[in-house]
Amino acid sequence: MGSKYDVLVIGGGNAALCAAISARRGGASVLVLEGAPKFYRGGNTRHTRNMRCAHDAATEILTGPYTEDEFWEDLLRVTSGQTDEVLARHMIRESKDILNWIVEQGVRWQPSLGGTLSLGRTNSFFLGGGRAMLNALYLTAERLGVDVVYDAEVTDLVIEDGMFLAARLKRPINGETEIRATSLVAAAGGFEANIEWLKQYWGEAADNFLIRGTPYNRGSILKMLLDKGVQEVGDPTQCHAVAIDARAPKFDGGIITRHDSVVFGIVVNKHAQRFYDEGEDIWPKRYAIWGRLVAAQPDQIAYIIFDSTVVNSFMPTLFPPIAGQTIAELAGKLALDPAALEKTITEFNAAVRPGTFDHTILDDCVTEGITPPKTHWARKIETPPYLAYPVRPGITFTYLGTRVTKEARMLMADGKPSANMFAAGEIMAGNVLGKGYAAGMGMTIGSVFGRIAGREAAKHARN
Amino acid sequence: MHGTRILDEADRLMTVCNSCRYCEGLCAVFPAMEMRRAFSDGDLNYLANLCHSCGACYVDCQFSPPHEFNVNLPKTLAVARAESYAAYAWPQVLSGAFARNGLVISIVAALSMAAFILGFAALSDRGVLFGVHTGPGAFYKLMPHQAMAALFSAAFLYAILALIMSVRAFWRDIGTPIGGRADGVSIFQAIRDAGELRYLHGGGVGCYDEDDKPTDRRKLFHHLTFYGFLLCFAATSVATLYHYLLGREAPYPWWDLPVVLGTLGGIGLIVGPIGLFLAKMRRDPALLDESSYGMDVGFIAMLLLTGLTGMLLLILRETAAMGPLLALHLGAVFALFITMPYGKFVHGIYRFAALVRYAQERRTAA
Repeated sequence: MGSKYDVLVIGGGNAALCAAISARRGGASVLVLEGAPKFYRGGNTRHTRNMRCAHDAATEILTGPYTEDEFWEDLLRVTSGQTDEVLARHMIRESKDILNWIVEQGVRWQPSLGGTLSLGRTNSFFLGGGRAMLNALYLTAERLGVDVVYDAEVTDLVIEDGMFLAARLKRPINGETEIRATSLVAAAGGFEANIEWLKQYWGEAADNFLIRGTPYNRGSILKMLLDKGVQEVGDPTQCHAVAIDARAPKFDGGIITRHDSVVFGIVVNKHAQRFYDEGEDIWPKRYAIWGRLVAAQPDQIAYIIFDSTVVNSFMPTLFPPIAGQTIAELAGKLALDPAALEKTITEFNAAVRPGTFDHTILDDCVTEGITPPKTHWARKIETPPYLAYPVRPGITFTYLGTRVTKEARMLMADGKPSANMFAAGEIMAGNVLGKGYAAGMGMTIGSVFGRIAGREAAKHARN
Repeated sequence: MHGTRILDEADRLMTVCNSCRYCEGLCAVFPAMEMRRAFSDGDLNYLANLCHSCGACYVDCQFSPPHEFNVNLPKTLAVARAESYAAYAWPQVLSGAFARNGLVISIVAALSMAAFILGFAALSDRGVLFGVHTGPGAFYKLMPHQAMAALFSAAFLYAILALIMSVRAFWRDIGTPIGGRADGVSIFQAIRDAGELRYLHGGGVGCYDEDDKPTDRRKLFHHLTFYGFLLCFAATSVATLYHYLLGREAPYPWWDLPVVLGTLGGIGLIVGPIGLFLAKMRRDPALLDESSYGMDVGFIAMLLLTGLTGMLLLILRETAAMGPLLALHLGAVFALFITMPYGKFVHGIYRFAALVRYAQERRTAA
């Protein structure tokens, strides 16, 4: 391990590894500092499963074409226009090539199989999931001669006039507590695991948030960069939040704590009152809005309530539903007011109008005369045992980040591009995703900008 | 609640895996799991025997230890698999053999048989034992062909009977939800899957042995062992046909079919088991079921002993060592036969049955 590297990559997820590999292939010496221990390496990439890439024709793994324009339309829709069009269109164009490039780095795709995700046309699935993808990238990086250090916590960045000089470390690496490098790639993710930081925007409610990824996504690199004059982008209150099982661990519960049963029942808060139209939209939108909805409820808790007729209609769940032979018994187990829950369900059942149920489309099963309405998939809850899942907001990632150019180069607060600092992945995702989300986009941002950042950082180092 | 603690744990893991499904492309276990929401003892034994222990799902899992969900499917299914061998053994009184030290049992059986043959020979004529015998019928100086055939046929037929009874019990237990007999297409599919060890490929990159770098080593050594065994079996079968149909008596010249088959098989049965043993020694302990170590090593040792004594016999058959070597070789083969239904050999039979069931399920679901 040399005393000075061409490229220092801080972070250890998809974006960081794509940057490291592309910088190394560009001829640079590369050091990756991953703040987590080896098992937890890779941040949120550990829990991902697929990547959304544009492509012009069906392939072995994708069922049909997904054009650049269609990708752009999808991005425009989920962000309500809060995106940097130049950057976004550039990313979408590059995503076509990433589909093959990532395979050249050892990552394997799987043919789209079962499950409940109808993403076979737009998204490619990693064989074995996100951790398998990470394993492949790390094997490739190490084979190419990239140095990787785990448990490598960076405590400070030495930056002068928009120029990165060195990173200071909590623990020495080979006797050094300062790593100098010609270029920096920051790919250290967001701050979703930093409850104190979340509280700045969410108040005490953030104490009740569950974090879906590792406890290492604390945003410390992001904070240092912003403090040292890098221009920020994105709304700090925006985060990807879904409703996950309230019994999930505080950190790293990952994918298996999710619930996809909202459309099959109703959702009530701790006062046993409904608060939103459970039948508003089809997957994946209905999946991504419920985290924020629950976050806005008292004590950040809610209960999905359904009956025994639909129990096999959604993915099997890690935690079993809580069951009661009567509404009152169920209410007792959930510590809800039995009379209030009985009233809510009785009123809901009375409002249900007959229709033809089909959860794959916006069907005609609706309620009439209640607020909020259930505008699709409304069916009476009347067949015991009655069942419930308690849910809390599960935070996946945050949107606040560093502003970058098309070359993944960070922009300083004065509008000038940094001489040698690049950013990739979640730490700059806010450039493209102002708000909202569509499955697989985080990985697209990570791989595309990671590859660009590594290439540009190596180019800078060689000049 | 299940019959055993390990099945309870397997059930817990299936609940985790079924709500994740990231591994569904890795092997047959996960698609088979996805066809179920609840798991009977039979289902879990089926999945355990469908698992080839490639380790990919462990290395790829975001919830494997030290994560608090503690998902270690290869190890859990390995223990469940070993317990399932005992659970379906016939007759049940002998099921305890799996739990005891397989290595000791096998070696004692082999040596006892060798001693018996030596004693048999010594009783009839001392000179025979250490004499030099060449030409057709040389082997039968030690023990008449008819006695040899009777002894080994009995051992072999018993092994077959016990295996059929065991796998029948297994098949009945894993039969839900489709039940019934195996069909030809599914059996053919299973022969192909077993023949190429399709699910020992970690999703395409190899098997995970000592660390997170996949290799094809275990697959290679398993192939050498398995096909070595089949070649030796073919050699014996051809020799039997020679004897009864053509009236030609062993030993045969080196270029003759039984010897060629046996030589190739013997090399496989020496290199393969040694490779498998070394792979086991090097394997990440997190993936290993230490409780069945004796059974596994016992089986490997018996295959190696069979291959080794066979090859030595071929090389030294025209010397005075022929008598003792033949006794030892026959002892090893005899021990291999009689321990077959109560040792690691059954993994192949149960896995094959599980593959047939899987092929059948896939066809029914399609």
